[in-house]
Amino acid sequence: MATAVLNARRQTLGFSYYVRVLRQEIRYEFLKMLRLRAFSLSVVGFPVMFYLLFGVANRHTDFARYLLASYSCFGMIGASLFGLGAGIAMERMQGWLELKLASPMPRLAYLAAKTVSCSAFALIIVALLITLGVTLGGVAMTPAEVLKLAGITLAGALPFASMGLLLSLVMPATAAPGIINLIYLPMSFLSGLWMPLNMLPHWMQKIAPALPTYHYAQLALNIFGYAQPGGSMSGHWEALVGFTCLMLGAAWLIFTRTEAKA
Amino acid sequence: MATYATGLQVEPLTIPFPAPAHLKHAIARLHSVTKRYENTTALDNVTLNLYPGEVVALLGPNGAGKTTAVRLLLGLIAPTSGSVRVMGRDPRDASARTGIGAMLQITRVPETLKVREHIDWFRSYYPTPLPAGEIVRIAKLEGLENKLYGKLSGGQRQRVLFGLALAGNPDLIFLDEPTVGMDIESRRGLWEQIRWLASQSKTVLLTTHYLEEADALASRVVVIDKGRVIAEGTPAQIKQRVSGRRIRCITELDEEFLMALPSVVKVERDREAVIVTAHEAELVVREMLLSDVTLRGLEISAPGLEDAFLALTGKNQPTN
Repeated sequence: MATAVLNARRQTLGFSYYVRVLRQEIRYEFLKMLRLRAFSLSVVGFPVMFYLLFGVANRHTDFARYLLASYSCFGMIGASLFGLGAGIAMERMQGWLELKLASPMPRLAYLAAKTVSCSAFALIIVALLITLGVTLGGVAMTPAEVLKLAGITLAGALPFASMGLLLSLVMPATAAPGIINLIYLPMSFLSGLWMPLNMLPHWMQKIAPALPTYHYAQLALNIFGYAQPGGSMSGHWEALVGFTCLMLGAAWLIFTRTEAKA
Repeated sequence: MATYATGLQVEPLTIPFPAPAHLKHAIARLHSVTKRYENTTALDNVTLNLYPGEVVALLGPNGAGKTTAVRLLLGLIAPTSGSVRVMGRDPRDASARTGIGAMLQITRVPETLKVREHIDWFRSYYPTPLPAGEIVRIAKLEGLENKLYGKLSGGQRQRVLFGLALAGNPDLIFLDEPTVGMDIESRRGLWEQIRWLASQSKTVLLTTHYLEEADALASRVVVIDKGRVIAEGTPAQIKQRVSGRRIRCITELDEEFLMALPSVVKVERDREAVIVTAHEAELVVREMLLSDVTLRGLEISAPGLEDAFLALTGKNQPTN
Protein backbone atom coordinates (compact mmCIF):
# COMPACT_ATOMS: atom_id res chain seq x y z
CA MET A 1 0.00 0.00 0.00
CA ALA A 2 2.78 2.34 0.91
CA THR A 3 4.49 1.86 -2.43
CA ALA A 4 1.25 2.51 -4.29
CA VAL A 5 0.96 5.83 -2.51
CA LEU A 6 4.55 6.69 -3.32
CA ASN A 7 4.13 5.89 -6.98
CA ALA A 8 0.96 7.90 -7.30
CA ARG A 9 2.83 10.90 -5.94
CA ARG A 10 5.80 10.54 -8.21
CA GLN A 11 4.35 12.79 -10.82
CA THR A 12 6.42 15.45 -12.43
CA LEU A 13 5.05 18.93 -12.24
CA GLY A 14 4.38 20.00 -15.79
CA PHE A 15 4.35 23.33 -17.58
CA SER A 16 0.62 23.87 -17.04
CA TYR A 17 1.16 23.43 -13.30
CA TYR A 18 3.70 26.27 -13.24
CA VAL A 19 1.49 28.50 -15.35
CA ARG A 20 -1.43 27.92 -12.98
CA VAL A 21 0.67 28.54 -9.88
CA LEU A 22 2.07 31.76 -11.26
CA ARG A 23 -1.35 33.00 -12.35
CA GLN A 24 -2.92 32.30 -8.95
CA GLU A 25 0.09 33.72 -7.11
CA ILE A 26 -0.07 37.00 -9.03
CA ARG A 27 -3.82 37.23 -8.71
CA TYR A 28 -3.95 36.81 -4.94
CA GLU A 29 -0.74 38.70 -4.25
CA PHE A 30 -2.14 41.73 -6.08
CA LEU A 31 -5.56 41.41 -4.44
CA LYS A 32 -3.93 41.12 -1.03
CA MET A 33 -1.80 44.23 -1.57
CA LEU A 34 -4.73 46.17 -3.02
CA ARG A 35 -6.90 45.42 0.02
CA LEU A 36 -4.10 46.26 2.43
CA ARG A 37 -4.85 49.96 2.59
CA ALA A 38 -1.72 50.82 4.55
CA PHE A 39 0.14 49.67 1.45
CA SER A 40 -2.04 50.62 -1.50
CA LEU A 41 -3.10 54.06 -0.27
CA SER A 42 0.40 55.18 0.64
CA VAL A 43 2.20 53.69 -2.33
CA VAL A 44 -0.27 55.19 -4.82
CA GLY A 45 -1.23 58.19 -2.70
CA PHE A 46 2.18 59.75 -2.12
CA PRO A 47 3.35 60.21 -5.72
CA VAL A 48 -0.12 61.40 -6.70
CA MET A 49 -0.33 63.84 -3.81
CA PHE A 50 3.18 65.15 -4.47
CA TYR A 51 2.35 65.62 -8.10
CA LEU A 52 -0.79 67.56 -7.23
CA LEU A 53 1.17 69.75 -4.82
CA PHE A 54 4.26 70.41 -6.92
CA GLY A 55 3.38 69.45 -10.50
CA VAL A 56 -0.18 70.60 -10.98
CA ALA A 57 0.55 73.73 -8.97
CA ASN A 58 3.17 74.62 -11.59
CA ARG A 59 0.91 73.90 -14.55
CA HIS A 60 2.05 74.62 -18.09
CA THR A 61 5.68 74.72 -16.94
CA ASP A 62 8.63 72.39 -17.47
CA PHE A 63 8.16 71.47 -13.84
CA ALA A 64 4.86 69.74 -14.54
CA ARG A 65 6.53 67.64 -17.26
CA TYR A 66 9.68 66.95 -15.28
CA LEU A 67 7.80 65.75 -12.21
CA LEU A 68 5.50 63.59 -14.30
CA ALA A 69 8.53 61.52 -15.27
CA SER A 70 10.28 61.61 -11.92
CA TYR A 71 7.22 60.78 -9.78
CA SER A 72 6.51 57.80 -12.05
CA CYS A 73 9.93 56.48 -11.05
CA PHE A 74 9.29 57.44 -7.44
CA GLY A 75 6.07 55.38 -7.55
CA MET A 76 7.76 52.27 -8.94
CA ILE A 77 10.59 52.47 -6.41
CA GLY A 78 8.17 52.88 -3.51
CA ALA A 79 5.92 50.02 -4.62
CA SER A 80 8.91 47.68 -4.99
CA LEU A 81 10.68 48.58 -1.76
CA PHE A 82 7.52 48.38 0.33
CA GLY A 83 5.90 45.54 -1.60
CA LEU A 84 8.89 43.23 -1.51
CA GLY A 85 11.02 44.66 1.29
CA ALA A 86 8.40 45.21 3.95
CA GLY A 87 6.08 42.57 2.50
CA ILE A 88 8.52 39.66 2.66
CA ALA A 89 9.94 40.75 6.02
CA MET A 90 6.41 40.78 7.45
CA GLU A 91 5.41 37.44 5.97
CA ARG A 92 8.58 35.88 7.31
CA MET A 93 7.93 37.20 10.80
CA GLN A 94 4.34 35.98 10.80
CA GLY A 95 5.36 32.50 9.74
CA TRP A 96 3.26 32.73 6.60
CA LEU A 97 6.36 32.52 4.40
CA GLU A 98 7.48 29.39 6.22
CA LEU A 99 4.13 27.74 5.63
CA LYS A 100 4.42 28.54 1.93
CA LEU A 101 7.98 27.25 1.84
CA ALA A 102 6.79 23.99 3.38
CA SER A 103 4.39 23.60 0.44
CA PRO A 104 5.55 22.69 -3.07
CA MET A 105 5.17 26.35 -4.15
CA PRO A 106 7.95 27.18 -6.60
CA ARG A 107 10.21 29.76 -4.91
CA LEU A 108 10.52 31.83 -8.04
CA ALA A 109 6.73 32.15 -8.41
CA TYR A 110 6.60 33.85 -5.02
CA LEU A 111 9.15 36.50 -5.98
CA ALA A 112 7.86 36.89 -9.52
CA ALA A 113 4.29 37.42 -8.33
CA LYS A 114 5.36 40.11 -5.91
CA THR A 115 7.41 41.84 -8.59
CA VAL A 116 4.55 41.71 -11.09
CA SER A 117 2.07 42.98 -8.50
CA CYS A 118 4.32 45.92 -7.63
CA SER A 119 4.66 46.68 -11.34
CA ALA A 120 0.89 46.72 -11.62
CA PHE A 121 0.80 49.32 -8.86
CA ALA A 122 3.44 51.32 -10.73
CA LEU A 123 1.28 51.23 -13.86
CA ILE A 124 -1.70 52.49 -11.86
CA ILE A 125 0.48 55.33 -10.56
CA VAL A 126 1.76 56.20 -14.05
CA ALA A 127 -1.80 56.19 -15.42
CA LEU A 128 -3.02 58.49 -12.65
CA LEU A 129 -0.06 60.84 -13.01
CA ILE A 130 -0.47 61.10 -16.79
CA THR A 131 -4.20 61.75 -16.39
CA LEU A 132 -3.52 64.49 -13.84
CA GLY A 133 -0.68 65.92 -15.91
CA VAL A 134 -2.70 66.08 -19.10
CA THR A 135 -5.96 67.31 -17.57
CA LEU A 136 -4.80 69.57 -14.76
CA GLY A 137 -1.08 70.10 -15.31
CA GLY A 138 -1.27 71.34 -18.87
CA VAL A 139 1.18 68.70 -20.06
CA ALA A 140 0.95 67.66 -23.69
CA MET A 141 2.11 64.11 -24.42
CA THR A 142 2.27 62.11 -27.61
CA PRO A 143 1.08 58.48 -27.47
CA ALA A 144 4.72 57.45 -28.03
CA GLU A 145 5.77 59.39 -24.94
CA VAL A 146 3.01 57.75 -22.91
CA LEU A 147 4.19 54.30 -23.95
CA LYS A 148 7.83 55.16 -23.34
CA LEU A 149 7.10 56.49 -19.87
CA ALA A 150 5.14 53.36 -18.97
CA GLY A 151 7.89 51.17 -20.39
CA ILE A 152 10.78 52.91 -18.65
CA THR A 153 8.83 52.91 -15.39
CA LEU A 154 8.35 49.16 -15.66
CA ALA A 155 12.06 48.71 -16.33
CA GLY A 156 12.60 49.76 -12.72
CA ALA A 157 10.71 46.71 -11.47
CA LEU A 158 13.64 44.31 -11.48
CA PRO A 159 16.35 46.55 -9.96
CA PHE A 160 14.16 47.81 -7.14
CA ALA A 161 12.42 44.52 -6.51
CA SER A 162 15.92 43.07 -6.06
CA MET A 163 16.74 45.85 -3.64
CA GLY A 164 13.50 45.16 -1.77
CA LEU A 165 14.38 41.48 -1.58
CA LEU A 166 17.81 42.25 -0.15
CA LEU A 167 16.30 44.64 2.41
CA SER A 168 13.73 42.03 3.45
CA LEU A 169 16.54 39.69 4.38
CA VAL A 170 18.39 42.14 6.59
CA MET A 171 15.59 44.13 8.22
CA PRO A 172 13.52 43.16 11.24
CA ALA A 173 9.90 43.23 10.09
CA THR A 174 8.67 45.63 12.74
CA ALA A 175 11.25 48.25 11.76
CA ALA A 176 10.89 47.69 8.01
CA PRO A 177 8.65 50.63 7.04
CA GLY A 178 10.82 53.06 8.99
CA ILE A 179 14.08 51.74 7.56
CA ILE A 180 12.70 51.75 4.02
CA ASN A 181 11.56 55.35 4.34
CA LEU A 182 14.99 56.32 5.67
CA ILE A 183 16.56 54.91 2.51
CA TYR A 184 13.83 55.62 -0.02
CA LEU A 185 13.11 59.28 0.68
CA PRO A 186 16.68 60.69 0.89
CA MET A 187 17.72 58.57 -2.08
CA SER A 188 14.82 59.91 -4.14
CA PHE A 189 15.57 63.48 -3.15
CA LEU A 190 19.29 63.16 -3.94
CA SER A 191 18.54 61.65 -7.34
CA GLY A 192 16.45 64.58 -8.44
CA LEU A 193 13.08 62.88 -8.18
CA TRP A 194 11.50 65.72 -6.24
CA MET A 195 13.17 68.65 -7.93
CA PRO A 196 15.64 69.02 -10.77
CA LEU A 197 19.20 68.19 -9.74
CA ASN A 198 20.59 71.56 -10.75
CA MET A 199 18.46 73.17 -8.05
CA LEU A 200 20.29 71.16 -5.40
CA PRO A 201 23.58 72.22 -3.76
CA HIS A 202 26.61 71.32 -5.80
CA TRP A 203 27.92 68.64 -3.41
CA MET A 204 24.60 66.87 -3.51
CA GLN A 205 24.71 66.73 -7.28
CA LYS A 206 28.02 64.88 -6.96
CA ILE A 207 26.42 62.10 -4.91
CA ALA A 208 23.63 61.45 -7.42
CA PRO A 209 25.57 59.28 -9.94
CA ALA A 210 26.33 56.82 -7.13
CA LEU A 211 22.60 56.15 -6.65
CA PRO A 212 20.60 53.65 -8.74
CA THR A 213 17.57 55.93 -8.51
CA TYR A 214 19.51 58.65 -10.35
CA HIS A 215 20.22 56.42 -13.34
CA TYR A 216 16.65 55.21 -13.38
CA ALA A 217 15.26 58.75 -13.28
CA GLN A 218 17.61 59.89 -16.03
CA LEU A 219 16.17 57.28 -18.36
CA ALA A 220 12.63 58.52 -17.68
CA LEU A 221 13.56 62.20 -17.84
CA ASN A 222 15.25 61.64 -21.19
CA ILE A 223 11.80 61.00 -22.70
CA PHE A 224 11.03 64.70 -22.21
CA GLY A 225 14.59 65.83 -22.89
CA TYR A 226 15.36 66.65 -19.26
CA ALA A 227 18.27 64.26 -18.74
CA GLN A 228 21.47 65.77 -17.36
CA PRO A 229 23.60 67.04 -20.20
CA GLY A 230 26.52 64.79 -21.07
CA GLY A 231 24.92 61.61 -19.62
CA SER A 232 24.85 58.50 -21.78
CA MET A 233 21.65 56.49 -21.78
CA SER A 234 23.47 53.21 -22.30
CA GLY A 235 25.57 54.08 -19.26
CA HIS A 236 22.38 54.49 -17.20
CA TRP A 237 21.07 51.14 -18.42
CA GLU A 238 24.35 49.49 -17.54
CA ALA A 239 24.29 51.06 -14.09
CA LEU A 240 20.80 49.62 -13.48
CA VAL A 241 21.82 46.17 -14.71
CA GLY A 242 24.93 46.26 -12.52
CA PHE A 243 22.89 47.38 -9.52
CA THR A 244 20.38 44.56 -10.06
CA CYS A 245 23.18 41.98 -10.18
CA LEU A 246 24.73 43.44 -7.04
CA MET A 247 21.44 43.33 -5.13
CA LEU A 248 20.57 39.80 -6.26
CA GLY A 249 24.09 38.58 -5.55
CA ALA A 250 24.07 40.03 -2.05
CA ALA A 251 20.57 38.64 -1.42
CA TRP A 252 21.70 35.21 -2.60
CA LEU A 253 24.76 35.30 -0.35
CA ILE A 254 22.80 36.33 2.72
CA PHE A 255 20.03 33.85 2.01
CA THR A 256 22.37 30.88 1.63
CA ARG A 257 24.31 31.89 4.73
CA THR A 258 21.22 32.16 6.91
CA GLU A 259 19.91 28.92 5.44
CA ALA A 260 23.16 27.16 6.33
CA LYS A 261 22.83 28.45 9.88
CA ALA A 262 19.11 27.67 10.19
CA MET B 1 15.99 0.57 37.43
CA ALA B 2 16.11 4.19 38.34
CA THR B 3 13.95 5.49 41.13
CA TYR B 4 12.87 9.08 41.01
CA ALA B 5 11.65 11.33 43.77
CA THR B 6 8.08 10.63 42.82
CA GLY B 7 8.80 7.17 44.13
CA LEU B 8 7.75 5.76 40.81
CA GLN B 9 10.12 3.44 39.13
CA VAL B 10 11.12 3.75 35.56
CA GLU B 11 12.16 0.78 33.57
CA PRO B 12 15.24 0.76 31.39
CA LEU B 13 14.95 3.22 28.57
CA THR B 14 14.44 1.16 25.46
CA ILE B 15 11.07 -0.29 24.77
CA PRO B 16 11.38 -1.74 21.30
CA PHE B 17 8.37 -0.62 19.30
CA PRO B 18 7.40 -3.58 17.18
CA ALA B 19 6.53 -2.38 13.71
CA PRO B 20 3.72 -4.51 12.32
CA ALA B 21 4.86 -6.40 9.25
CA HIS B 22 2.69 -4.45 6.82
CA LEU B 23 3.96 -1.16 8.16
CA LYS B 24 7.62 -1.77 7.65
CA HIS B 25 8.13 0.94 5.07
CA ALA B 26 8.36 4.22 6.89
CA ILE B 27 6.63 7.06 5.07
CA ALA B 28 8.98 9.52 6.74
CA ARG B 29 12.08 9.08 8.82
CA LEU B 30 14.75 10.87 10.72
CA HIS B 31 17.80 8.65 10.88
CA SER B 32 20.46 9.45 13.55
CA VAL B 33 19.74 13.11 13.05
CA THR B 34 21.67 15.70 14.96
CA LYS B 35 20.83 19.35 14.57
CA ARG B 36 23.20 21.80 16.14
CA TYR B 37 22.90 25.55 16.29
CA GLU B 38 25.83 27.74 17.19
CA ASN B 39 26.04 26.61 20.78
CA THR B 40 22.96 24.53 21.37
CA THR B 41 22.09 21.06 20.23
CA ALA B 42 18.43 21.01 19.29
CA LEU B 43 18.36 17.34 18.35
CA ASP B 44 20.91 14.78 19.42
CA ASN B 45 21.13 11.60 17.37
CA VAL B 46 17.39 11.17 16.96
CA THR B 47 15.87 8.36 14.97
CA LEU B 48 12.16 8.58 14.31
CA ASN B 49 10.11 6.57 11.85
CA LEU B 50 6.58 7.37 10.81
CA TYR B 51 4.61 4.46 9.37
CA PRO B 52 1.64 4.85 7.03
CA GLY B 53 -1.65 5.42 8.78
CA GLU B 54 -0.43 6.04 12.30
CA VAL B 55 -0.91 9.11 14.47
CA VAL B 56 2.31 9.79 16.32
CA ALA B 57 2.50 12.31 19.12
CA LEU B 58 5.87 13.89 19.63
CA LEU B 59 5.59 14.80 23.26
CA GLY B 60 7.96 16.95 25.21
CA PRO B 61 8.37 20.14 27.21
CA ASN B 62 9.07 23.46 25.53
CA GLY B 63 12.48 23.55 23.92
CA ALA B 64 12.71 19.76 23.73
CA GLY B 65 13.31 19.82 19.96
CA LYS B 66 9.81 19.00 18.71
CA THR B 67 9.55 21.89 16.29
CA THR B 68 13.09 21.27 15.03
CA ALA B 69 12.08 17.70 14.16
CA VAL B 70 9.04 18.95 12.23
CA ARG B 71 11.05 21.62 10.42
CA LEU B 72 13.59 18.99 9.38
CA LEU B 73 10.87 16.71 8.04
CA LEU B 74 9.38 19.60 6.11
CA GLY B 75 12.74 20.38 4.54
CA LEU B 76 12.78 23.86 6.02
CA ILE B 77 16.16 23.21 7.62
CA ALA B 78 18.94 20.73 6.98
CA PRO B 79 20.35 18.37 9.60
CA THR B 80 23.89 18.86 10.89
CA SER B 81 24.35 15.13 10.49
CA GLY B 82 22.15 12.14 9.77
CA SER B 83 19.53 11.75 7.08
CA VAL B 84 15.94 12.91 6.60
CA ARG B 85 13.68 11.12 4.18
CA VAL B 86 10.06 11.75 3.32
CA MET B 87 8.40 9.29 0.94
CA GLY B 88 11.82 8.11 0.03
CA ARG B 89 13.09 11.53 -0.93
CA ASP B 90 14.86 14.50 0.56
CA PRO B 91 12.11 16.82 1.81
CA ARG B 92 14.09 19.78 0.50
CA ASP B 93 13.12 18.53 -2.94
CA ALA B 94 9.87 20.30 -3.91
CA SER B 95 8.34 17.17 -5.44
CA ALA B 96 8.58 15.44 -2.05
CA ARG B 97 6.32 18.13 -0.62
CA THR B 98 3.35 17.48 -2.89
CA GLY B 99 2.09 14.75 -0.56
CA ILE B 100 2.63 16.67 2.66
CA GLY B 101 0.51 19.14 4.58
CA ALA B 102 1.53 21.21 7.57
CA MET B 103 0.09 23.35 10.28
CA LEU B 104 2.86 25.37 11.89
CA GLN B 105 3.09 27.50 15.00
CA ILE B 106 2.59 31.28 15.10
CA THR B 107 1.41 31.37 11.56
CA ARG B 108 -0.65 34.35 10.64
CA VAL B 109 -1.84 34.36 7.09
CA PRO B 110 -2.58 37.60 5.23
CA GLU B 111 -5.62 39.19 6.79
CA THR B 112 -6.97 40.93 3.71
CA LEU B 113 -8.00 37.79 1.88
CA LYS B 114 -11.19 35.83 2.38
CA VAL B 115 -11.23 32.26 3.63
CA ARG B 116 -12.37 31.05 0.21
CA GLU B 117 -9.50 32.90 -1.48
CA HIS B 118 -6.90 31.49 0.89
CA ILE B 119 -8.10 27.97 0.20
CA ASP B 120 -8.14 28.55 -3.55
CA TRP B 121 -4.64 30.06 -3.38
CA PHE B 122 -3.09 27.25 -1.39
CA ARG B 123 -4.76 24.56 -3.49
CA SER B 124 -2.96 25.89 -6.56
CA TYR B 125 0.40 24.74 -5.14
CA TYR B 126 -0.58 21.09 -5.35
CA PRO B 127 -0.98 18.97 -8.47
CA THR B 128 -3.95 17.01 -7.07
CA PRO B 129 -5.63 19.16 -4.43
CA LEU B 130 -8.76 18.38 -2.47
CA PRO B 131 -11.86 20.13 -3.84
CA ALA B 132 -12.37 23.45 -2.06
CA GLY B 133 -15.80 22.35 -0.83
CA GLU B 134 -14.27 19.29 0.82
CA ILE B 135 -11.71 21.43 2.63
CA VAL B 136 -14.44 23.77 3.88
CA ARG B 137 -16.47 20.83 5.11
CA ILE B 138 -13.64 18.96 6.81
CA ALA B 139 -12.18 22.05 8.48
CA LYS B 140 -15.70 23.14 9.52
CA LEU B 141 -15.51 26.48 7.75
CA GLU B 142 -19.07 26.50 6.40
CA GLY B 143 -20.50 30.00 6.43
CA LEU B 144 -17.09 31.60 6.84
CA GLU B 145 -15.98 31.32 3.20
CA ASN B 146 -16.56 34.97 2.42
CA LYS B 147 -15.14 36.38 5.62
CA LEU B 148 -11.77 38.08 5.65
CA TYR B 149 -9.16 36.14 7.61
CA GLY B 150 -8.50 39.24 9.71
CA LYS B 151 -12.11 39.20 10.95
CA LEU B 152 -12.02 35.62 12.24
CA SER B 153 -11.74 34.52 15.86
CA GLY B 154 -8.70 32.63 17.11
CA GLY B 155 -10.37 29.24 16.87
CA GLN B 156 -11.67 29.96 13.37
CA ARG B 157 -8.20 31.02 12.25
CA GLN B 158 -6.77 27.73 13.46
CA ARG B 159 -9.43 25.92 11.47
CA VAL B 160 -8.40 27.84 8.35
CA LEU B 161 -4.78 26.80 8.95
CA PHE B 162 -5.96 23.24 9.40
CA GLY B 163 -7.83 23.54 6.11
CA LEU B 164 -4.69 24.80 4.36
CA ALA B 165 -2.77 21.80 5.73
CA LEU B 166 -5.28 19.57 3.92
CA ALA B 167 -5.32 21.57 0.68
CA GLY B 168 -3.07 19.20 -1.24
CA ASN B 169 -4.90 16.05 -0.12
CA PRO B 170 -1.72 14.97 1.69
CA ASP B 171 -0.87 11.48 2.90
CA LEU B 172 1.35 12.88 5.61
CA ILE B 173 0.34 15.75 7.84
CA PHE B 174 2.45 17.62 10.36
CA LEU B 175 0.63 19.46 13.11
CA ASP B 176 3.01 21.53 15.22
CA GLU B 177 1.30 22.33 18.53
CA PRO B 178 -2.03 22.75 16.75
CA THR B 179 -4.12 23.41 19.85
CA VAL B 180 -1.90 25.88 21.68
CA GLY B 181 -3.95 28.83 22.82
CA MET B 182 -7.26 27.23 21.87
CA ASP B 183 -10.23 27.15 24.19
CA ILE B 184 -11.47 23.74 25.27
CA GLU B 185 -14.29 23.61 22.75
CA SER B 186 -12.05 24.43 19.78
CA ARG B 187 -9.49 21.94 21.03
CA ARG B 188 -12.05 19.14 21.18
CA GLY B 189 -13.20 20.14 17.71
CA LEU B 190 -9.70 19.82 16.32
CA TRP B 191 -9.23 16.50 18.07
CA GLU B 192 -12.27 15.24 16.23
CA GLN B 193 -10.76 16.38 12.94
CA ILE B 194 -7.46 14.68 13.71
CA ARG B 195 -9.33 11.47 14.49
CA TRP B 196 -11.07 11.84 11.17
CA LEU B 197 -7.68 12.07 9.46
CA ALA B 198 -6.64 8.89 11.22
CA SER B 199 -9.82 7.20 9.99
CA GLN B 200 -8.81 8.14 6.44
CA SER B 201 -5.49 6.34 7.06
CA LYS B 202 -3.51 9.54 6.81
CA THR B 203 -0.22 9.61 8.64
CA VAL B 204 -0.11 12.35 11.25
CA LEU B 205 2.78 13.68 13.29
CA LEU B 206 1.47 15.81 16.09
CA THR B 207 3.70 17.73 18.45
CA THR B 208 2.27 18.68 21.77
CA HIS B 209 3.13 19.32 25.35
CA TYR B 210 -0.33 18.34 26.45
CA LEU B 211 -0.21 14.79 27.73
CA GLU B 212 -3.95 14.57 27.54
CA GLU B 213 -3.77 15.31 23.84
CA ALA B 214 -1.18 12.62 23.16
CA ASP B 215 -3.21 10.16 25.17
CA ALA B 216 -6.44 11.00 23.38
CA LEU B 217 -5.16 10.97 19.81
CA ALA B 218 -1.95 9.10 19.32
CA SER B 219 -1.47 5.49 18.35
CA ARG B 220 2.14 5.95 19.35
CA VAL B 221 3.89 8.43 21.61
CA VAL B 222 7.50 9.49 21.26
CA VAL B 223 8.72 11.33 24.32
CA ILE B 224 11.50 13.75 23.60
CA ASP B 225 13.47 15.88 26.01
CA LYS B 226 16.56 18.01 25.53
CA GLY B 227 16.88 16.84 21.96
CA ARG B 228 16.82 13.12 22.73
CA VAL B 229 14.17 10.48 22.39
CA ILE B 230 13.73 9.16 25.89
CA ALA B 231 10.80 6.81 25.40
CA GLU B 232 8.60 5.48 22.66
CA GLY B 233 5.50 3.31 22.66
CA THR B 234 1.71 3.31 22.81
CA PRO B 235 0.23 5.61 25.47
CA ALA B 236 -0.45 2.49 27.55
CA GLN B 237 3.15 1.32 27.21
CA ILE B 238 4.43 4.70 28.27
CA LYS B 239 2.19 4.60 31.34
CA GLN B 240 3.40 1.11 32.16
CA ARG B 241 6.90 2.47 32.27
CA VAL B 242 6.00 3.86 35.62
CA SER B 243 5.15 1.13 38.06
CA GLY B 244 3.48 1.44 41.43
CA ARG B 245 0.20 2.91 42.56
CA ARG B 246 -0.62 5.78 44.84
CA ILE B 247 -2.66 5.23 47.98
CA ARG B 248 -4.09 8.36 49.53
CA CYS B 249 -5.94 8.32 52.85
CA ILE B 250 -6.36 9.98 56.22
CA THR B 251 -4.81 7.79 58.87
CA GLU B 252 -3.23 7.92 62.31
CA LEU B 253 -0.44 5.56 61.27
CA ASP B 254 2.97 7.17 61.38
CA GLU B 255 5.30 7.44 58.44
CA GLU B 256 7.91 5.02 59.73
CA PHE B 257 5.31 2.30 60.10
CA LEU B 258 4.02 2.88 56.60
CA MET B 259 7.49 2.94 55.11
CA ALA B 260 8.18 -0.45 56.66
CA LEU B 261 5.20 -2.09 54.94
CA PRO B 262 6.08 -4.41 52.05
CA SER B 263 6.75 -2.87 48.63
CA VAL B 264 6.31 0.72 49.82
CA VAL B 265 8.71 3.03 48.02
CA LYS B 266 7.59 6.38 49.24
CA VAL B 267 5.46 8.09 51.87
CA GLU B 268 4.55 11.76 51.71
CA ARG B 269 2.17 14.14 53.45
CA ASP B 270 -0.51 16.05 51.66
CA ARG B 271 -2.24 18.33 54.17
CA GLU B 272 -4.18 16.06 56.55
CA ALA B 273 -3.72 13.03 54.29
CA VAL B 274 -0.83 10.75 53.55
CA ILE B 275 0.18 9.44 50.15
CA VAL B 276 1.84 6.06 50.00
CA THR B 277 3.40 4.81 46.78
CA ALA B 278 3.67 1.06 46.58
CA HIS B 279 4.05 -1.68 44.02
CA GLU B 280 1.64 -4.03 45.72
CA ALA B 281 -1.11 -1.67 46.72
CA GLU B 282 -3.58 -4.40 47.78
CA LEU B 283 -1.19 -5.82 50.36
CA VAL B 284 -0.37 -2.42 51.79
CA VAL B 285 -4.00 -1.32 51.99
CA ARG B 286 -4.97 -4.54 53.79
CA GLU B 287 -2.26 -3.97 56.39
CA MET B 288 -3.22 -0.34 56.82
CA LEU B 289 -6.92 -1.12 57.32
CA LEU B 290 -6.09 -3.80 59.87
CA SER B 291 -3.80 -1.47 61.80
CA ASP B 292 -6.01 1.61 61.77
CA VAL B 293 -9.77 1.26 62.12
CA THR B 294 -10.21 5.02 61.83
CA LEU B 295 -8.66 5.13 58.38
CA ARG B 296 -10.89 7.08 55.95
CA GLY B 297 -10.93 8.90 52.61
CA LEU B 298 -9.18 6.04 50.89
CA GLU B 299 -8.24 6.55 47.24
CA ILE B 300 -6.06 4.37 45.08
CA SER B 301 -4.87 5.57 41.69
CA ALA B 302 -2.63 4.34 38.91
CA PRO B 303 -0.04 6.75 37.65
CA GLY B 304 -1.23 8.75 34.67
CA LEU B 305 0.71 9.72 31.62
CA GLU B 306 1.53 12.87 33.54
CA ASP B 307 3.45 10.93 36.18
CA ALA B 308 5.19 8.88 33.54
CA PHE B 309 6.14 12.00 31.70
CA LEU B 310 7.53 13.69 34.78
CA ALA B 311 9.47 10.60 35.69
CA LEU B 312 10.78 10.16 32.16
CA THR B 313 11.84 13.72 31.61
CA GLY B 314 13.46 13.75 35.03
CA LYS B 315 11.71 16.90 36.11
CA ASN B 316 12.05 15.48 39.59
CA GLN B 317 15.62 14.94 40.66
CA PRO B 318 16.69 11.29 40.76
CA THR B 319 17.24 9.93 44.25
CA ASN B 320 19.56 7.02 43.79
